[in-house]
Order: sequence, then C-alpha cells, then structure tokens
Amino acid sequence: MIILNQSKRNPSNIQPSEITPREVFEHRRSFLKAAGFALAAGSALLLSGKTLAAEKVAFKAGTGQKINGYSKTAYGAGEQLTPYKDITTYNNYYEFGTGKSDPAIEAVLFKPRPWTISIEGHVKKAKSISIEDLLKLAPLEERIYRMRCVEGWSMVIPWVGLPLASLVKWADPTGNAKYIEFISANDSLTMPGVRSPILDWPYTEGLRMDEAINPLTLLAVGLYGEYLPNQNGAPVRLVTPWKYGFKGAKAIVKIRFVEKMPLTTWVKAGPNEYGFYANVNPNVDHPRWSQSSEKPIGRGLFADRIKTKMFNGYSEQVGQMYAGLDLNKNF
Amino acid sequence: MKNKHIIFVKMAIWVCALLPLARLIWLGVHDDLSANPVEFIERSTGTWALAFLLITLSMTPIRLLTGQVWQIQLRRTLGLWMFFYACLHITTYVWLDYSFLWSDIVKDIIKHPYVIVGFTAFMLTIPLAITSNNFMIKRLKKNWKKLHQVVYLIAILAILHFWWLVKKDVTEPFYYAAVLVILLSIRLYYKYSGNKHLNSKSSLSSKVSINKAI
Repeated sequence: MIILNQSKRNPSNIQPSEITPREVFEHRRSFLKAAGFALAAGSALLLSGKTLAAEKVAFKAGTGQKINGYSKTAYGAGEQLTPYKDITTYNNYYEFGTGKSDPAIEAVLFKPRPWTISIEGHVKKAKSISIEDLLKLAPLEERIYRMRCVEGWSMVIPWVGLPLASLVKWADPTGNAKYIEFISANDSLTMPGVRSPILDWPYTEGLRMDEAINPLTLLAVGLYGEYLPNQNGAPVRLVTPWKYGFKGAKAIVKIRFVEKMPLTTWVKAGPNEYGFYANVNPNVDHPRWSQSSEKPIGRGLFADRIKTKMFNGYSEQVGQMYAGLDLNKNF
Repeated sequence: MKNKHIIFVKMAIWVCALLPLARLIWLGVHDDLSANPVEFIERSTGTWALAFLLITLSMTPIRLLTGQVWQIQLRRTLGLWMFFYACLHITTYVWLDYSFLWSDIVKDIIKHPYVIVGFTAFMLTIPLAITSNNFMIKRLKKNWKKLHQVVYLIAILAILHFWWLVKKDVTEPFYYAAVLVILLSIRLYYKYSGNKHLNSKSSLSSKVSINKAI
C-alpha cells in the first residue's frame, strides 16, 4: 500500500494536463487570500452591527502611514477642513461600488504597493516609474484644496502630493503630445465594482497639456499628512481643484501622451451630462443637479448651502487657459 | 376578519411605520447619518414613501389573487403613511437641503426633470390625503374612486423621480419599478382577462370594504 501510494505521488506520474497553470494557481491563491480578507472584513461589519459600518471600519486620522518630509504651502489658508472621517467614508469610486460608503469597506483588499505607472504615447521613450521613484521626483507638499463634486456637494481636503508638471517633465513628451490620458487600475480581483459594466472600464480621464502643467494640478499621494487610504485613490491620484471631482482619476496605472482629446469615461457614459473640461461653473447647469450652489460636507445637518464659484474659486490661477473658449458648449 | 382584529393590525402598522423615523432620529442623535446627513435623510424618507406607496397598491392585487378582502381596509392607513414620509421627504428638501431659499428651490424644480416629476408626484398626493376621510368619501361618491386612481400616476412619477436621480447604477430603482409593473399587471390581467367570477366578486367586496371602512 505504502509503495503504491508513493508511486502515485511520484511527480513523474502526474499527467501534464493535471498541472495547474502557474497563472491560474497564483490567481487562485490570491483569490483565496482576498476571500479570507473579505470574510474577516465582513464579520467585522456584522459584529459592529451598524448600517453605517463603513464609518466604524474606517480609520481615524493618525492610523494611516505618516508621510515624512513634506512642506506646508499657502494654498487654502483659512479654509475649514472637512473632517478626515467624512473624506474617507464618503467616496465616489465606482470600482469599489456605487454607494458612497462602499469604497471604505470594499477597498480593504486593494494593494497600493508595489506600484508602477507606465508612461506611453508621444514621449521620447516609453518608460515606467515606480511609486517610490515618483515620490522622489519632486519635494512633496501639502495643498489644501476645495473639491466640488458634480453632484452638488463639496469638501476641503488637505492633499499631500507633487505637481503633475514634474512628472510631465520627467516623461519628456514630444511636440505631438497635446493631451494626457490617465488610466486607472482595473483589477477585478480586488475591485468588485469593475465586475459589473456600470462604466466602461478601465476608468479613463484626461487633461489638455496646459491644464496638466498648470501649477495647481497635483498628483496626490496622501491626505491629512498620511499616505492615501485606498478608498481615496491610493497610491496616486489626480487632483484638479477647479474641475468637478470626477476628473480626479484614482489609482493611476498608465499615463498616455496623445494628440487628440481623449474620450473619457464619464463623457462616454453621458455626453450630454459630462464634458471633457468639466470645469466648475455655476452658470452651466447639469441636467440633474443645480450647479449654482453646493452642500458642504461635514458641517452638520443644518449647514447652509454655499454659492459655487466660477472655476471653484480658482479663476485667478486657471481662468486665462480658457480665454476665448465657449464654456457653455465646452462644459 | 373581525373589526377587533383589524384594529390590532392597524396598530401594528402604526408601530412598524414609525420605525424608519425612529431609526433616523436615533442615528441623528448619535451623529451617525453619514458624511452627508441631508442626503441620507432625503434618501431614507423618499425610499419609505415609495415603499408605503407600493404596499398600499398591493392590497387590491392581494384581493384579486386570493379573494381575501379584509386587507382593503388597511389601504387608507398605509396610504397616509406614504403621505407622512413624502411630507418628511419634501420638508427635508426645502428646509435642510435648501434652507427655505425659495428662489433656488423654484429654479431647482423647473430646471431638473427628476425634481419636476418628484414635486408633481408630491403635489398629487395632497388632494388624496385631504379626501381620505369618511366625510369626503361619502361626499365625492363615484368621483372619489376616480380621484384616487391618481395614485397610479403618483407611483409612476415617484419611480421616474428615483430613476432619473440615480447617476448610473439603476439597480435599486429597477427593483421598485419591477414591483410596480407586477402589481399593475395583476390588475390589468383581471380587468381584461374576462375572469368574470373573481371580477364580480371583487367589485362586490370592494363595496363591502368601503362600507366597512366607513
């Protein structure tokens, strides 16, 4: 019996057809791991026994990994910051579900390290950059920016990041590069939202070259002095504070320098509702939401709406880029 | 079912119907209404208004399918709870969301289709609520039934309101729409299928139930 058993286990007896391909094997293993995490997260939710469990699971400021060595800036001086809890539990991040509190729960499986961004298109040489090298590309700085969502609410967020201009310079685009396309992660294993075709995945955003190198445009890697929580777009996301929030592509994996205006995800989803520019503009109404005022998040039940400003109050820094452009047509 | 039992069922409905409001108050006291509490309350009250509307509309299909008539007497109670949550919904919108800024509210209503249909649905519920008492039932006679058929239009508008509000993922409004389609299909089937037996019985029983309600 023993001999028989051994012979059965002899590797030379295994048919090639029985061998699990490496990819499948690894996928299965990481899936099991992910399932384990999900189970743990799920039971934590059940134990907490609350409908708004996201807020219970979500980390408080000070529980994330601190960013060492970033400088403060004058951006947003005097603004009243939105509480950390609200910024990290009220997210539009459809890769992790369409509910606002979904990402804080579903993004626990997502792994923001190791991470590389590939640089493609009209550049001298296609290359890629690791997140570690990206962090060293320019000194990190804190910038307090207002964020206006197209849905009519707003936040004030202390981002930590570096100007996108420094990455553009490093990428070394050719003269044909007129626009930049940002492509987000699209991992069905850790991002449950991409399993349903709610949007045309992967999430794609874009900027005109002058918008990309505008000093306001930030590649954010953190908020409140800590590395980005997964639900806020870890490890690196775009922040363009004069545009509606959906322009801020999260978990960027690819940056392409292109000649033609990219067809972005929300433009594809609803061309009459979302434009490529998506500049905050109180005079151009969205078919669903009034854009003349906004509800500030985190100021309680009785907080008044505030008037939305042109370019979200950043006219001085960005207004000149749109001189001569019909903003009613190019919304 | 005896009158005594109906009263008991109505009391149970009252207790259950107050639970969503109690939950909102509880969450509010514990600062647990999410990062956007106004939106949370708007969503919750709107959803419950729609739920009570659909429950109200299911009383007649239950009669058609089972021949049971006692539940018809619950329609008014259930319908008024729909009105109650619809009132909370619109109060939240006017007060908490727009701080009584009437010019902004008017602009929001006329510019946005989903607000127009929602607002219209609410306005249509007002005459139904006002005429829901026995006095008006007696006074309006046949017209009362005609007037209260507006409830179908309200249901369609309410679901449109929900559907158009959603940015991309219409799963949730789809479920409500599916329930409404099923409920209306049952009515239409019995109306046009020539199922005379049940029809005659049901028209009789609806008279009986109205008399009972009075």
